[in-house]
Amino acid sequence: MSSRSNSAGGRFSSYLQVAPMALLMFTLVGIPLVIVVLLSFWQTDGITIYREFTWSNYASVLNSPVTLALFIKTIKFALITLIITTIIGFTCSYFLVFYVRNLKLQIGLLLVCTIPFWTSDVIRMVSWIPFLGREGIFNSILMRLGLISHPLSVLLYSDFSVVLAYVYLFTLFMIVPIFNSMSKINPNIIEAARDAGASKWMILTNLIVPLCKTGIALGSIFVVTLVMGDFFVVNVMSGGQSASVVSAMKNNIDQLYYPQAAAMAILLVVLVLLLVTAILRVVDIRRELAR
Amino acid sequence: MSQASRKRGFEFYVLAAFFSLFVLFLYGPMLVIFILSFQGPTGGLTFPMRGVSLHWFYDLMTSGRYGDLGGALSRSMILGGLSMLITVIVCFFAGLAFRRRFWGASIIFYLCIISLVVPGILVGLGISQTFQILGLRLYWWLSGLGAHLSWTLPFGLLIMFAVLNRFDSSWEEAARDAGASAWKTLMYVTVPILFPGLIAVALFGFTLSYDEMPRSILTVGGSNTLPIEISNMTTTVTTPALYAIGTVTSVISLLVIGAAFASISIIQKRRARAK
Repeated sequence: MSSRSNSAGGRFSSYLQVAPMALLMFTLVGIPLVIVVLLSFWQTDGITIYREFTWSNYASVLNSPVTLALFIKTIKFALITLIITTIIGFTCSYFLVFYVRNLKLQIGLLLVCTIPFWTSDVIRMVSWIPFLGREGIFNSILMRLGLISHPLSVLLYSDFSVVLAYVYLFTLFMIVPIFNSMSKINPNIIEAARDAGASKWMILTNLIVPLCKTGIALGSIFVVTLVMGDFFVVNVMSGGQSASVVSAMKNNIDQLYYPQAAAMAILLVVLVLLLVTAILRVVDIRRELAR
Repeated sequence: MSQASRKRGFEFYVLAAFFSLFVLFLYGPMLVIFILSFQGPTGGLTFPMRGVSLHWFYDLMTSGRYGDLGGALSRSMILGGLSMLITVIVCFFAGLAFRRRFWGASIIFYLCIISLVVPGILVGLGISQTFQILGLRLYWWLSGLGAHLSWTLPFGLLIMFAVLNRFDSSWEEAARDAGASAWKTLMYVTVPILFPGLIAVALFGFTLSYDEMPRSILTVGGSNTLPIEISNMTTTVTTPALYAIGTVTSVISLLVIGAAFASISIIQKRRARAK
């Protein structure tokens, strides 16, 4: 391996093998994102875009009182979803890794958790509508149980239904990485801790949680970026009453205000990258993955 | 698994109940819309079922109210197929290249990560604006396909990393020592050994493209893909026809997932027998 990696022929074939990938990623991601950055500094009158430098897109986005509210709302959605998905993801992984004895069953149950990933998010979100409406399944169950006398209208088209849909759609992005790092924990360490007199709770909090840091961090990156990049769920599940940064950006795009949309998007991406860097500061994912 | 070797205690049942509830939470709503899509002609968006019929499936196909669903479905299938093919080939070779160090490797890696992390609609905006600046028109099979690849290729590469992590390259060296050409080594050693992994890459390539919506909106030009049509329907259609199209597209996805899993397990069984 090492002898090949240094040879000119090996390096040449590497470049040949990676060329299509490099070409596609540069034309489909690299150049378009540069264009978006440029776009955020260009001028528009709502019809034509003039390629002349201006700060005004950022100024109008930053001076708008709505912007701050949107960012706070988006971060709030992201954090609430993050907390709930982490708890669910950790608990499910903990069950699968430490309480399911049969390895085949363990993998099978993990697959059960991941199959929805390969189906449509739009449909999965739609499937909450029969549950949450005023005449929906939840309301009729609660009324039959006598817990409420009038149907609750906060179930659908509210922040509650938005967060519910996020948790529903994104928890599997938490389960898989946490499961992955949890299943790498050496059982002897746990045995040793127990022999040393640690309680189950101590083993969980002082041993298992720290050893799952990488998985939790990876899952957090997925969940945070997915929630902060969403416009569709927040639009449909809030019935248009709630907005996120990207849904506001989508409105700008629909009104052909591309430069303002681009400026808003750049601010969002900066925020997302800051959050991701903060997460990476806590955990060195690359080193941990190589472990 | 030391804990598991002991007697099943109270926690086992609590955790098992929690996990079961989660699975119910994951699949219950989908099952409900599958059932509701067979509503009778007078049925509404929720229970009770007013009869059982194929009315809403028939309605999807025959009434013109829902736009060009057939065209959208065929475009999504074609895009899924093309994305799958390109993703498998491109990511396979890129994965092989990443086994060695080369200049620019981390640039490509970070471009992939950025493409996954950035909001999808932003990538779509970038691609559509790039086309605009170049004076090109947007077509679903060109700019739309490009947008889908910006989503499937990074996933494909990450999966190839995982697949190659478990691949012992001494098999290739043995083939070369035995006098096989680079092409023969590839075709008779590398590809066959990695085949189950390539099926996994193909599964991601097809399904991620087939269900992709945010990147497609601004890049497909005039002709929509199925997820865009369905997402438009969520705000305009208030009949079980919405569930019927959901059932149709989910069945297609589940068939693809099933085919992928089945072929992987058949290959693995054959290998186990050969040992």
